[in-house]
Amino acid sequence: MACNCSGVGEFDLAPLMDILADYRKDPRGALIPVLQKAQGVYGYLPKPVLEVIARELNIPIAEVFGVVTFYSQFHLNPRGKNIIRCCQGTACHVRGAQGILDAISSHLNIKPGGTTRDLSFTLETVACLGACGLAPVMMVNDQTHGRLTPADIPGILDSYLS
Amino acid sequence: MSTYARLASPADLQKVREASKSKIALRHYDRKDSDTRFQILICGGTGCTSSGSPAVRDAFLKAIEAHGLTGRVDVVTTGCHGLCELGPLVIVYPGGTFYIRVQAEDVDEIITTSLLGNGVVERLLFHGRTGKTPRKTYREMAFYNLQHRLVLRNCGRIDPEDIEEYIANGGYEGLVKAMELGPEAALEEVKKSGLRGRGGGGFPTGRKWELMRAATGSPKYVVCNADEGDPGAFMDRSVLEGDPHAVIEGMLIGAWCTGASHGYIYVRAEYPLAIKRLKVAIAQAEQMGLLGDHILGSDFSFELKIKEGAGAFVCGEETALIHSIEGKRGMPRPRPPFPANEGVWGKPTVLNNVETFANVAQIITGGSAAYTALGTEKSPGTKVFALTGKVRNTGLVEVPMGITMRQIIFDIGGGIKDDKKFKAVQIGGPSGACLPESLLDSPIDYDSLKSVGAMMGSGGLVVVDEETCMVDLARFFLTFTQAESCGKCTPCREGSKRMLEILERICQGKGKAGDIEDLEHLAHTMQQGALCALGQTAPNPVLSTLRFFRDEYEAHIRDKKCPAKACTNLLEYWIDPAKCIGCGMCARACPVNAISGEKRQPHVIDTAKCIKCGTCMAQCKKIQAISRR
Repeated sequence: MACNCSGVGEFDLAPLMDILADYRKDPRGALIPVLQKAQGVYGYLPKPVLEVIARELNIPIAEVFGVVTFYSQFHLNPRGKNIIRCCQGTACHVRGAQGILDAISSHLNIKPGGTTRDLSFTLETVACLGACGLAPVMMVNDQTHGRLTPADIPGILDSYLS
Repeated sequence: MSTYARLASPADLQKVREASKSKIALRHYDRKDSDTRFQILICGGTGCTSSGSPAVRDAFLKAIEAHGLTGRVDVVTTGCHGLCELGPLVIVYPGGTFYIRVQAEDVDEIITTSLLGNGVVERLLFHGRTGKTPRKTYREMAFYNLQHRLVLRNCGRIDPEDIEEYIANGGYEGLVKAMELGPEAALEEVKKSGLRGRGGGGFPTGRKWELMRAATGSPKYVVCNADEGDPGAFMDRSVLEGDPHAVIEGMLIGAWCTGASHGYIYVRAEYPLAIKRLKVAIAQAEQMGLLGDHILGSDFSFELKIKEGAGAFVCGEETALIHSIEGKRGMPRPRPPFPANEGVWGKPTVLNNVETFANVAQIITGGSAAYTALGTEKSPGTKVFALTGKVRNTGLVEVPMGITMRQIIFDIGGGIKDDKKFKAVQIGGPSGACLPESLLDSPIDYDSLKSVGAMMGSGGLVVVDEETCMVDLARFFLTFTQAESCGKCTPCREGSKRMLEILERICQGKGKAGDIEDLEHLAHTMQQGALCALGQTAPNPVLSTLRFFRDEYEAHIRDKKCPAKACTNLLEYWIDPAKCIGCGMCARACPVNAISGEKRQPHVIDTAKCIKCGTCMAQCKKIQAISRR
C-alpha cells in the first residue's frame, strides 16, 4: 500500500533553505531564530519543516521538538489569520481582564488557545503585554487595543475581517 | 534613514555633539511671543501608539503644510513619557505645553492657538486631581515634579531613532570618560556608586563586574537581560523604546570595564517596538563607530547582537537565559559555576538588566559621589516603578530609593481611583508580596522590603482597592508561576501545582480546615528546595497575603464568604425589592432567563439558574437595585 503521509512535497521549502543559508557560517545558537523565521513564513511549524531544520543544523529532531514545545511562541498546528493576545497580567486582572476574555470567547465561540473554524482568528492569553497603563488590553496581530470594555470587543474584532 | 559618518576619535564625537545641539535647542520652557520656530513632540510609545498617536502625527504633518508652516515646525516622535493612560501625549516647544488625549481633530486648534498665537488649548491640558486646575507643563504636575528622572531622563524628550539627539543631550560622554579613566578606575566608580541590580535581586553591579574582570577565558560576553516578564512591569520596555542608546552605552562601559568583546541583548518577543528601536540604534551606533571594531579610534572593540526571546518567563533567570541564547530549552541550572566564570558558550559572562545598564553612563559622567547623594545608604540612586491598578495616575514613575509607598501612591499616583478605599499594593510581580496599609509609610529600598517578606522585583506596583479579593490575587499569581514553571525541579513543579489546587478550591468555597497549614508547608518547601528564583519566590504572594490578610482566607474557608465580593462562586446576585421599579431591563438582558417578575413589580433572580455574569447589574446602573451579596 502506498504511503499516504503528506510528506515534504506539500510545503515549498525554498524559503526555509534561504533562512538556513544565513546561519550556515555560524550555526551556534541558530535554532531559535531559525524556528522564529520559519514560523514567520509558514504560520506554524509543520513536521516536515522541523525535520529539515534538524537535518540542516545537525541537531537531533527530538531536541528540536523539545525546544519548540518549551517556548510558548512556537506552534505545531495551523493558526488563524489574525492572532488575538488577550492580556491576563496583574494590572489587567484587577481591571477586569476576565470579562474581556469572556467577551472574545463568546463572540468568536472559541476557547483560549483555540482557532475559529474558518481560520480567521486564534485566541491566546498572555501574561503581560507591558501596556499596563491602558489596562485591560489585548493585541490583535501587532496592534494594541487598550482601555477595553466587553462591549468594544465585537466591533474591534469585526474590523479585522474585511 | 539618514546615514552618519564614522567617528575616529572622542574629539569627533564632541564635534557631532556641538553640531547636533540645534536639534534639541528649542526644547525649553521659555516661550516668547516672537518665537517663529517650533517643535511638536508626539509620544510614540506602545501606550500612545495604541491610543492613536500615529494618526495625530499624520494630522500634524498635513496641518503644518496647510498652514504654510513647513520648515518652521518639526514633528518629532519620542519614546514613552510614562503617563500612558492619558495618551496620546503631545508637547509643544518652546514653552513645553503638555497636551493629553490629543486626537487628529484637535490638531488644527493646537496649531492656531499654541503656534500661531501664544495661547493654550485649555480643554486638552491635564486638570489635576480635582479637575479644576489646568496644568500647563510637566513641571506643574505632581506626577512629574515629585519624580527624579535619571534613567528616564531622555524618555519622551528625544527622538530615539536619531543617535544625534542622544549625543546632543550628553550621550556617549560616559563611554569617553570611562575610556579616559581606564577600565580599573571606571570599574571603581561603578563599585563606589553602590549600584545594585535593578532586575530584582539587588546584587551589587560593581562586584559582579569585578568577578567577571578577574575571570579567565576569551571571548567574554556582556548580556543585557531585557526579558521583562513580570506582569505589571514595563519600565524596561519604555527605556528600550524611548532611550535605547542609554542601554547600549551602559553595555559598552560594562564591556570596557570587564574586558568583554561581545554582547547580546535578550529581548522578549512580545516587545516588537522595542526590538525595532534597538535595531535602529545598533545600526546607527555601528555607522558612527561606537560599536564594532576600534571604537572611537581606540583598540577597544565590541560587537552587539539582539536575541529575541520566544515566550518563556523563566528565561529571565540568568542561567536559563544563557541556555536560551545558545538555542536550547530555557531551563535554569544549579550555580556554581556562576556565569562570571561559565556563561554563554561556557565563557565568562556578565548579565545585567536594562535599567541597571541605563544607570551606568550617568554614574560615570556625573561621578559616583553625585549618584550616592540620591537614595539611601545601602540602596543608592533611583528606581523606576510601574504604577498600575486601581490608582488615578497610572504610569512609570522614577523616584529616589527610600521614598515611602504612600508618597508614590497618593502624592504621585493621585490616590485610589473613584475614591475607593486602599487595600494593598502588590510589589515585585509574581515573586513579590502584597503590602497592607500599615506598611505604607515604611521606606522602599532593597533591604527594608526584604525585612517585611517582600522584594523589589523589577518594580511593578499594582494597587488594589477594597473590591479585590486577596485570596483570588494570590491564586492569580500562582496560576502564572505554575504555568511558567519549567518543570525541571520537583519542589517547583509539584509544589506550585498543589498550592494552586488548594487556592482554587478555597476560591470556589470548597476550602477545608488544614488548607492554610498545607499552603504554608508547601510554601516553605519551595522556598528552601527549588532550583532557581522562580520557584523559591513563587510562594511569596501566598505567604504575604496569609500574613497580612489571613482573615480573608478564613472567611472563605470557614464562612464560605468572599469579603471583597469578588469570588463568583461565593456570592449571589440579588434584587432589592424596595428599589426595583419592575422595568424588566434586567430580565430581557439575562442570557439564561433567570430573572422573572410582573411589569412594574419587583423582579427576582432564580439563583439556581443564575450564572453570575453580572449583565443584569450593569443594566441596572441607574436604579442600582441589583447588588452582589
